[in-house]
Amino acid sequence: MDNGYAIETEGLTKIYGSGNTEVVAMRDVTVKIRRGEVVALLGPSGSGKSTFLTAVGLINPPSAGRILIGGELVMDGPKALMETRSFRRRYIGFVFQKSNLIPFLSAIENVQIALEVNNWSASASRRRAMELLEYLGVSDRADQSPATLSGGQQQRVAVARALANQPSIILADEPTAALDGRLGRQVMELFRKLAHEQGTGVVVVTHDHRALDVFDTVYEMEDGVIRRSETDAMRTISSPVEDDQKERGAT
Amino acid sequence: MNLAVKDIRHNFGRFALTTVGVGMLLMIVMGMSGIYRGIIEDATLLVDESNADLWIVQRNTRGPFAEVSRVPANLVHRALAVPGVETAREFVYHTIQREREGKPIRIAVVGLSWPTDKGESLPLVAGRALARNHFEMIADRRLGLPLGERIRLGKESYTVVGITENMIGSAGDGLAFFTVADALDIQFDIPGEAVRLERQARFVRGTLSDLGRKQPALTETAFKLPWEIPSLGPRQISAVMVNVLPGTTPQSVAAVLAGWSDVSVYTAEGQRELLLLGPVEKVRRQIGLFRVLLTIIAGIIMALILYTLTLDKLHDIALLKLIGAPNRRILGMILQQALLLGVVGYGIAFLIGLRIFPRFPRRVILTDGDLMQLAAIVLVISVLSSVLGIWKAIRVEPNEALSG
Ligand SMILES: Nc1ncnc2c1ncn2[C@@H]1O[C@H](COP(=O)(O)OP(=O)(O)OP(=O)(O)O)[C@@H](O)[C@H]1O
Ligand SMILES: [Mg+2]
Repeated sequence: MDNGYAIETEGLTKIYGSGNTEVVAMRDVTVKIRRGEVVALLGPSGSGKSTFLTAVGLINPPSAGRILIGGELVMDGPKALMETRSFRRRYIGFVFQKSNLIPFLSAIENVQIALEVNNWSASASRRRAMELLEYLGVSDRADQSPATLSGGQQQRVAVARALANQPSIILADEPTAALDGRLGRQVMELFRKLAHEQGTGVVVVTHDHRALDVFDTVYEMEDGVIRRSETDAMRTISSPVEDDQKERGAT
Repeated sequence: MNLAVKDIRHNFGRFALTTVGVGMLLMIVMGMSGIYRGIIEDATLLVDESNADLWIVQRNTRGPFAEVSRVPANLVHRALAVPGVETAREFVYHTIQREREGKPIRIAVVGLSWPTDKGESLPLVAGRALARNHFEMIADRRLGLPLGERIRLGKESYTVVGITENMIGSAGDGLAFFTVADALDIQFDIPGEAVRLERQARFVRGTLSDLGRKQPALTETAFKLPWEIPSLGPRQISAVMVNVLPGTTPQSVAAVLAGWSDVSVYTAEGQRELLLLGPVEKVRRQIGLFRVLLTIIAGIIMALILYTLTLDKLHDIALLKLIGAPNRRILGMILQQALLLGVVGYGIAFLIGLRIFPRFPRRVILTDGDLMQLAAIVLVISVLSSVLGIWKAIRVEPNEALSG
């Protein structure tokens, strides 16, 4: 079952609307993302990046194509082959550009809820949530409501929530837009560390070209079509993924 | 962690206001059934308080409460002669409306059978029972007559010697107890001029009749005061109350009395039924309809509020779905809020009701049965009212968390 890939897509296509209003947001996207691989997704506005991310995140079924997660076929066209919600709960962590915290829960409760839906006890989830907030440097804001946090602080809480369940894949849509350069880079490095330590597959949509060196692979999208970035191909003479595999193979 | 409570804390002002609103509505529903109970209690109070086994009333009437009944006072003696009868008492009942200090005062006048009944069995809260067979009265607190007050009714003045509580006639008027003789005096208070005219009319009729022309002395007799003329009967009372001897069933005595062709007889239970089917029935239906309407309105308002509370949270609900929260958790949140709204609203209704119902002009009686019934109804409408919100929440797609 486990073929070393965190995410595989085959011929993923998404068409919004129909007739005159038809928009092909994603066209025949086929990618393979290994466990432990950290992928950047670049592309102009409207090119289909979010569409790809939400499709892989199982919240936006594709019109055609297949999605495999951890080697398991999850989506066959628009049809889900398993209960997508429980799948998301266990294996997928999301971070989105707009802060997506629940306003009536405190910072720490926003992290806890992700654990509680996976049947963590209240005390254990609180302890784990606190660790994550500490890790992201916002533990002093743990009991504040999201509305009283700065954009960057909110984003870090959202990252903590995405990491809470040690997901197999992390999907982040411009997670660092609200963070300053140093913090943004810190979050990217956190993703990278996680990926390399736990074999998590990470896809990050970003516009921040300065941080591209953190990523193992860079893809670019345009008009719904995905391709490996040329700068990336030049940059990755020796692929960190392969390094990784060598390391893993050695142990 | 309880999402329902967390959300309410976050939106506390709105939730509190809503709950108070729902509580007030439920209080009215509660009050409606209390008013209904009060009306029944008031209507049947005299029947229950008089402790009579049987009521003898005018033939073919449903008196003396549902309609006017007139029986001769000597019916008491006839009733006493029936085997198995222990006591027979006169019953006089009529309502008067007079003016006191510029305001109308309605009094339900009850005659007590002096000297067997001086009103000792009444629930006196102040003063004493009747001690004389004239010019004393026991008034209910509802009438607002203080102890020692003298009130003029007809030609005489009556002094309030005792005060009762919650002794109300079927129309909601406070009861006042007099001796039968006084009660009749109040009822048949005929002005002197009317008496004079009536005597004159009798005299003229006498002189015009054959008998009067042949026997002028007879016209003299006809001119006398009513109670001096043997052929004119005594004043009539409303009914006779009968109690049977121990070991005798009211039914067996009733069977004998039913044979008398000038009167009808009812058991106490029958009298109660007459009251409930008669004057109270329409009120019951009226109030029942109001209760149903108010309950529906309360349900609709609750549904609307829960629906808008849910609409405001759709983004958060989508987010919960996105991070994989199961439906039962999301629906549980809405359902719990609905139940909380219902339960707290009910509590508010009860607490406010306890304070303001006693100030209502008519009695509002909260029975345990009615309270339980309303509680059950509130639970049901809470659940039903959350359906709309739940339906909306179910249909939210997780990717809606990303828009807006
Ligand atoms: N729900 C939708 N209905 C119709 N069209 C949509 C919908 N969502 C996205 N689209 C269209 O699909 C195309 C791709 O959108 P998408 O959001 O994936 O772009 P993006 O690359 O994420 O852009 P950005 O960088 O601005 O976030 C766009 O043309 C957009 O208008
Ligand atoms: Mg986007």
